[in-house]
Amino acid sequence: MTLSHDVLIVGGGGAGLRAAIAVVEDDPRLTVAIVSKVYPMRSHTVSAEGGAAAVIRPDDSLDEHAYDTISGGDWLCAQDAVEVFVKEAPEELLRLEHWGCPWSREPDGRVAVRPFGGMKRMRTWFAADKTGFHLLHTLFQTSLRYERIARYDEWYVTKLLVDDGRVAGVVAVELMSGRIEAITAKAVILCTGGCGQIYPFTTNAAIKTGDGMGLAYRAGAPLKDMEFVQYHPTGLPFTGILITEAARAEGGWLINKDGYRYLQDYDLGTPSPTPVLRSMELGPRDRLSQAFVKEVEKGRTVDTPYGPIVHLDLRHLRETVIDARLPFVRELCRSYENIDPVRELIPVRPVVHYMMGGVHTDIYGATPLEGLFAAGEVACVSINGANRLGSNSLPELLVFGARAGVAAASFASGAQDLAIRPAVRAQVEDERRRLERDLLQRDGGKEPISAIREEMRATMEEGAGIYRSGSSLAKAADRLRVLQERFRSVRLEDRSRTFNTELLAALELSFMLDVAETIVHCALLREESRGAHQRVDFPARDDHRFLANSLVYRDADGSRRVEYPPVTITRWPPGERVYGR
Amino acid sequence: MVDRIILRVTRYRPESDTEPMTQEHEIPLRKDWSVLDGLNHIKDHLDGTLSYRWSCRMGVCGSCGMTVNGEPKLTCATFLGDYAPGPVRVEPLSNFPVVRDLVVDIGDFMRKLPRVKPWLIRSEQEPPAVGEYPQLPAEREEYEQFSMCINCMLCYAACPVYALDQEFLGPAAIALAQRYNLDSRDQGASERMDVLSEADGIWACTFVGECSAVCPKDVDPAGAIQRYKFTAAMDSLKALLLPRGAR
Ligand SMILES: Cc1cc2nc3c(=O)[nH]c(=O)nc-3n(C[C@H](O)[C@H](O)[C@H](O)COP(=O)(O)OP(=O)(O)OC[C@H]3O[C@@H](n4cnc5c(N)ncnc54)[C@H](O)[C@@H]3O)c2cc1C
Ligand code: SF4
Ligand code: FES
Repeated sequence: MTLSHDVLIVGGGGAGLRAAIAVVEDDPRLTVAIVSKVYPMRSHTVSAEGGAAAVIRPDDSLDEHAYDTISGGDWLCAQDAVEVFVKEAPEELLRLEHWGCPWSREPDGRVAVRPFGGMKRMRTWFAADKTGFHLLHTLFQTSLRYERIARYDEWYVTKLLVDDGRVAGVVAVELMSGRIEAITAKAVILCTGGCGQIYPFTTNAAIKTGDGMGLAYRAGAPLKDMEFVQYHPTGLPFTGILITEAARAEGGWLINKDGYRYLQDYDLGTPSPTPVLRSMELGPRDRLSQAFVKEVEKGRTVDTPYGPIVHLDLRHLRETVIDARLPFVRELCRSYENIDPVRELIPVRPVVHYMMGGVHTDIYGATPLEGLFAAGEVACVSINGANRLGSNSLPELLVFGARAGVAAASFASGAQDLAIRPAVRAQVEDERRRLERDLLQRDGGKEPISAIREEMRATMEEGAGIYRSGSSLAKAADRLRVLQERFRSVRLEDRSRTFNTELLAALELSFMLDVAETIVHCALLREESRGAHQRVDFPARDDHRFLANSLVYRDADGSRRVEYPPVTITRWPPGERVYGR
Repeated sequence: MVDRIILRVTRYRPESDTEPMTQEHEIPLRKDWSVLDGLNHIKDHLDGTLSYRWSCRMGVCGSCGMTVNGEPKLTCATFLGDYAPGPVRVEPLSNFPVVRDLVVDIGDFMRKLPRVKPWLIRSEQEPPAVGEYPQLPAEREEYEQFSMCINCMLCYAACPVYALDQEFLGPAAIALAQRYNLDSRDQGASERMDVLSEADGIWACTFVGECSAVCPKDVDPAGAIQRYKFTAAMDSLKALLLPRGAR
């Protein structure tokens, strides 16, 4: 049996669903399908809390949104991409409103906006503090009206098929039955999200294992700016569950063990009782997470069984504000920390949150590999540069999801039918053999999946965390090499074809190891400090050598090659990042 | 010494088992561990072949519904400490075919969803350039509760009507229809009424209220169904009593 579509989208989160709708609306003749390892409405977009940024108020301007984004990204953003992004974001959020998204409202019925970190104006649209949940369900439910969007729910993509330099489809496993199939397509859009699971403490869901980055990288497409990993300053200590930045935007304070608003010591402004934009608690995430590490060094944090923490204080906001604007924060604190933020302090620590890097694309979502597109967190256009601003990711999913959909549709309608050629057939057979013989029927493996995974996570936190150095990274690279070796004798005991989640865990781990290696490798080579990439041995930004994106390729022999094309600068020459003054 | 607790987990592998059986594991009892953390401990350290679904571990993706000591629960938001000293019984959700171990087949719900047209219906779709459709905070509140459903299927597992009649649309699907019906921007209530007033729609519900009792997001599907029945009854009453023009 051959499964075949004109456009195949891998991933049913915000980016994938938006792309699918763009394809069907763009060209009624095309067939389109979404493959997703979980039901689309379970995708990680569902967890996003705080909001989505787009200029809507008369006192705001596209240029200001662009400047906040570019300075927030420490001048590593592609400025042409940022200009497209800020221009199309309002239209995308309005479209979502027309599709029924329950945005929170002003008393007069207009869409409400809230402040957010690193943004100089109020431009973050929100649906209480369940923005991602509402955005994802609205997109999913809207997608149901298009019968032409076919779905492969709970299918796991293991490989991209490449025919003579052009993408020809994927190989995927249906979890329910275990059958392994090729799904061919003229164009493939990767919308598989990020890879926070590479680290031990993360806000990211279990499914965020970097599969799409691994798929693209193995197929020869380059990954961009992988060394830039965002730590969110306020995660719950044991679970890593996120306490949204909206909590600070509504007026929450970060205090150390002495009850002191310590951010004032880190060039982020002076404390004021009510929130000031681009200042103190509303500074950018990289700077806030770095300040935490300095507080630990000064001995001013609180020790807990899960490591040092500081406190987020919402008590002065009172119950009414918390219940109206931050009900999910209260729910999460009660369930997972057994505290009530109306009366108690919330323990928080920086946790891995977002990948600025990803599969390299142009502003149409096209990768250098013909027929392969990418959008959402898996991709790197880059509008996020060296540090993403909170609430820029959700509009990014929509803007570039739609763009990738349109570009893939026009590519597919111009492309010839791909006959499945022997070379592709051979790839499918190889992949089938790998999955069936090497993994499902493997004997004698001795390395437990969880042991390798835990060791990888510890390696990344220790070697490639908020602060890194040449020696910490070199050590991490060595440890990862050993882990890759150990993975070759991974132990698999589940022989069942039906919903084999052990096989899945092994495949995910393998993608994570590959992606982790690119992070460490690019971090080692970037001898400067910029945004989320802080090298203690190279503490300053170096525009002379590194006003450039890193592009890492995997060569046919498995070795890595990194190139440094210059950053696209249109109107904003590199400057100093100023917050709170 | 770490406290310990026993987890009794249902195992079922269709290829080799003729019927489900129970497996027992003793695991550490930590005060902040959810039932899901317990299952993850088993999978990572005791038996890698156990299968179940999970993702967000923060009660919002809707993947991890299972039966815990006889009640449908989100395992990531249900804590082992509340069941001490144990043992804790973890089984797949009721009323769905079991695929394997703790994984059930929710395909039936996924096929029902589009039938209630869970999207905004307008007589004319305007372009985004016209700006937002205004909606007052009070109008938003009208449907907010019904928009909070995470499709976790706990209500289907608890519903005695669904247990007997799998054709019944069920609590979450009806609540979702109501979510759009009550949205001041929507104009599709009459289209949805056709589906909902079929035999398998709202009238099948005998108002037991179990669905609302187990819902982890306070969606109150039973309330949605009640309200809907009332509207439908009023509509047919009007149709009987009033002359055509006045309806
Ligand atoms: C807790 C949290 C809160 C956040 N809050 C905000 C916020 O307030 N504002 C904001 O702008 N951003 C926020 N973000 C960031 C933002 O939510 C994410 O970047 C974004 O949702 C990613 O969406 P996506 O569509 O790219 O991927 P996802 O939603 O992660 O979807 C990935 C999809 O790919 C599929 N997939 C992956 N691998 C495979 C495979 N191998 N085979 C088949 N399918 C596969 C999955 O099934 C899934 O459907 C937040 C992030 C987190 C973690
Ligand atoms: S109504 Fe409640 S119980 Fe039912 S699926 Fe939705 S969230 Fe779950
Ligand atoms: S894991 Fe997402 S709801 Fe429990």
